[in-house]
Amino acid sequence: MKRAGLYAAAAGFMLFAGFPFYWMLLTAFKQNRDLYVGAFDTRHVPWIFNDPPTLEHVRLLFGQTEFPRWVLNTLVVVVAVVVITVVVAVPAGYSLARLTGRWGERLGMGIFFTYLIPPTLLFIPFSRVVALLGLQNSLGALILVYPTITIPFCTWLVMGFVRSVPWDIEEQAMIDGYSRLAVIMKVAPRLIVPGILTVVVFSFTLVMQEFVYALTFLSSVDKMTVSLGVPIALVRGDVYHWGALMAAALVISIPLAIIYNLFIDRFIQGFTMGAVKG
Amino acid sequence: MDPIVVGVELRNLSRRFGDFHAVDGVDLSIREGELLVLLGPSGCGKTTLLRMIAGLERPTSGEIFIGGERVDADVPPRARGIAMVFQSYALYPHRTVAQNIAFPLEASGMPRSQIADKVRWAAEMFGIARYLERYPRQLSGGERQRVALCRALVRDPKVFLLDEPLANLDAKLRNTARDELKRFQRRIQRTTVYVTHDQVEAMGLGDRIAVMDHGKVRQIGTPQEVYEDPVDTFVATFVGQPPMNLVEVRDPALPPGTLLGFRPEHFLPQGHFASGEPTQVFCFAVRRVEYLGSDRYVYGSVAEQGFGEATVIAKLPAIVATPIPEGEALEFAVPRKALRYFDAATGARREGGRGP
Ligand SMILES: Nc1ncnc2c1ncn2[C@@H]1O[C@H](COP(=O)(O)OP(=O)(O)OP(=O)(O)O)[C@@H](O)[C@H]1O
Ligand SMILES: [Mg+2]
Repeated sequence: MKRAGLYAAAAGFMLFAGFPFYWMLLTAFKQNRDLYVGAFDTRHVPWIFNDPPTLEHVRLLFGQTEFPRWVLNTLVVVVAVVVITVVVAVPAGYSLARLTGRWGERLGMGIFFTYLIPPTLLFIPFSRVVALLGLQNSLGALILVYPTITIPFCTWLVMGFVRSVPWDIEEQAMIDGYSRLAVIMKVAPRLIVPGILTVVVFSFTLVMQEFVYALTFLSSVDKMTVSLGVPIALVRGDVYHWGALMAAALVISIPLAIIYNLFIDRFIQGFTMGAVKG
Repeated sequence: MDPIVVGVELRNLSRRFGDFHAVDGVDLSIREGELLVLLGPSGCGKTTLLRMIAGLERPTSGEIFIGGERVDADVPPRARGIAMVFQSYALYPHRTVAQNIAFPLEASGMPRSQIADKVRWAAEMFGIARYLERYPRQLSGGERQRVALCRALVRDPKVFLLDEPLANLDAKLRNTARDELKRFQRRIQRTTVYVTHDQVEAMGLGDRIAVMDHGKVRQIGTPQEVYEDPVDTFVATFVGQPPMNLVEVRDPALPPGTLLGFRPEHFLPQGHFASGEPTQVFCFAVRRVEYLGSDRYVYGSVAEQGFGEATVIAKLPAIVATPIPEGEALEFAVPRKALRYFDAATGARREGGRGP
C-alpha cells in the first residue's frame, strides 16, 4: 500500500519532469499548420501530432543558422571556465577551510559577498578591461568574465564542503607518514570529490545559461554561444520560430540531462554533506 | 637500580586557546612499555594533550620528549615515531580495509610484496583477515576499531596514542575489546597513552592512571593508589562508582573545615565487623535502598553526632544479608584504616588526623 503510494508519487514527478521534454519534442517536429492554430478551432488537440511530423524546423536550425558553430563555441567556453574555476576555487576553498584558521572564515565571507554584486554594476569596468586586453567580440571575453562569477561562489562552496569533511582523516595521514603537502596532493582530493563535482556542475550550468554578458561582449554571429545565438537568430522581431527554438533546446538538453543524471547523486551529496555526514 | 627508561616525557606543557587553558602546566613521565591512562571528565584537555604529543597541536609552552629525544614544534607528526587511533577511527572511506592498513607502509616506501605480507599478518592478529576487501562503511563499529588499531600497529611505532578507542562500542563489546587491547599491549610491550573518561576502563587497563581536571594532572599512580589514596576530593569522587562519600566533620580535635572520606563498600552494618577491629561508628539514617542484584546501594545521611548533611551511600555486597528497612536509623561503621581526610576549602588531602 505504502509502495503503491510511493510509485504513484514517483510517476507524478516523472510526468512533471518529463513533460517539457515531450512538449519540446512535439513542437520541434510539428508542421507550422499544426502549431499555429489559434484559439478558434476547439476540436484541435494540442498534445498530439495532428498532421504528420516534419523535419522542416531541424533543417532551418542546422541549415540556416550557425547552430553547430554555437555548440562548439559553448563547449570551448564551458571547458575553459570549468577548468579555470576548479583550478582556482578548489585549492582556495580548501586552504580557507583548513589552513588559515580564524581569518579563513572572514575571507570566505568576503569572497562570497563579491558574488552578490549584481552583474549590471560590472558591465562598464568589464568592458574597459576587455577592451584593454583586446578581447572584444571573442570567446576570450567570456572566458575572462565568467570565472569572476563562478570562482567566488565555488570557493565559498568548497570551503563549506571541506569544513564538513572531518579533519581527522587528513591528520591521520600525517601521522601515517605523509607530509602536509603530500596529504594535500594525495589524500585530500579524494575526500572532496563531491565538492569538486559540485563546482564543475555549477560552472557548467552558469555558462550554459548565461545571456547578458554574452550579449554585451559578442557581436558576430559566428562567435556566439548557444544561449545567445539561438534566441537572436530564431526570434525575429516578435516572430518566434517555435519549432526551431524547441529543436535547439532539445538537442542541447538531452545530453545535459544524461550527464546530470550520471552525477546527480554526488551533486546532491555536495550540497547536503554537512547535514548528513555519517 | 636501573635508571627508568622513559618512553614519553612532558615538561610543564601548556596549551591555551585564547585565554582558556586547555592544558595547563602538565609534567608527566611515561615509562618505556607502560600503558598510561589519561582519565578525566569531558573537556578537561585529554585530547589536546594527546594531540600535542602527536604533533598535531602546537604547545603554547613546554617541552615534549619521545624516547629521550626532544620533539619540537618543527618535528612533524610523521617523524615522531608514533601511531595514533582517533576516537572517530579516521579510516580512509574510499580505501578497502587492506588498503587502509597498507597506507602507512606505502608511505614508508616498503616494497609491494612485503606490504601484502605484513598486512595479512597484522590482520590475522586482530582477527579481521576476512574483511580485507571490504570498505569501512561495510564494517561494524567493533570491526572498524580493530582496523584502526591494526593500521596503527603495522607502523611499528615507538609510542601508541589512543583517544577513547572504545567509546563508540556498546557495553558488552567494550568489555571484550578492552580485554583484547590489554593482551595486545602486554604482548607488544609498547609505550601506550590511552585516553578515556570512563573510570572503569581506566582502572581495568592502566598500568598507571593520570587523573586530569581543567587541564591539570591531579594525580598519577597505579589504579590502586588512585583509588585508595586519592590526593584530593576531585580524584576521590571522580574515581569509583558510586563515588567516595565525603562528609563534613565538626570535631574540636580536628582542624575546622575537614572532610571525612570513605568508600561506599567500606561502609557496612556494624555487626559485620569483628569486635576487635578499630572502626568509626555512624548512626546511618536510611532513606532509600536500591537493589542491583550483586549489590545493594543504601542512600541516607549521618547528619547526627557532628557530621555534615551530605548524602552518604553504602554499597552492600549480596553476601551481607542484613535487612535494611527504609526510614530507620541503623548502626553502620567504617574501618579506621579506610578513612581519609580532606581540606574542605581546597579539597586537598590531609594526612594523619586521628579519627573523630
Ligand atoms: N581548537 C580549539 N579551539 C578552542 N578551544 C578548543 C580547541 N580544541 C579544544 N578546545 C577546548 O579545550 C578544552 C579541552 O578539549 P579536549 O578536546 O582536549 O577535551 P577532552 O578532555 O578530550 O574532552 P572529551 O572527553 O570530551 O573528548 C575544551 O574545553 C575545548 O572546548
Ligand atoms: Mg577528547
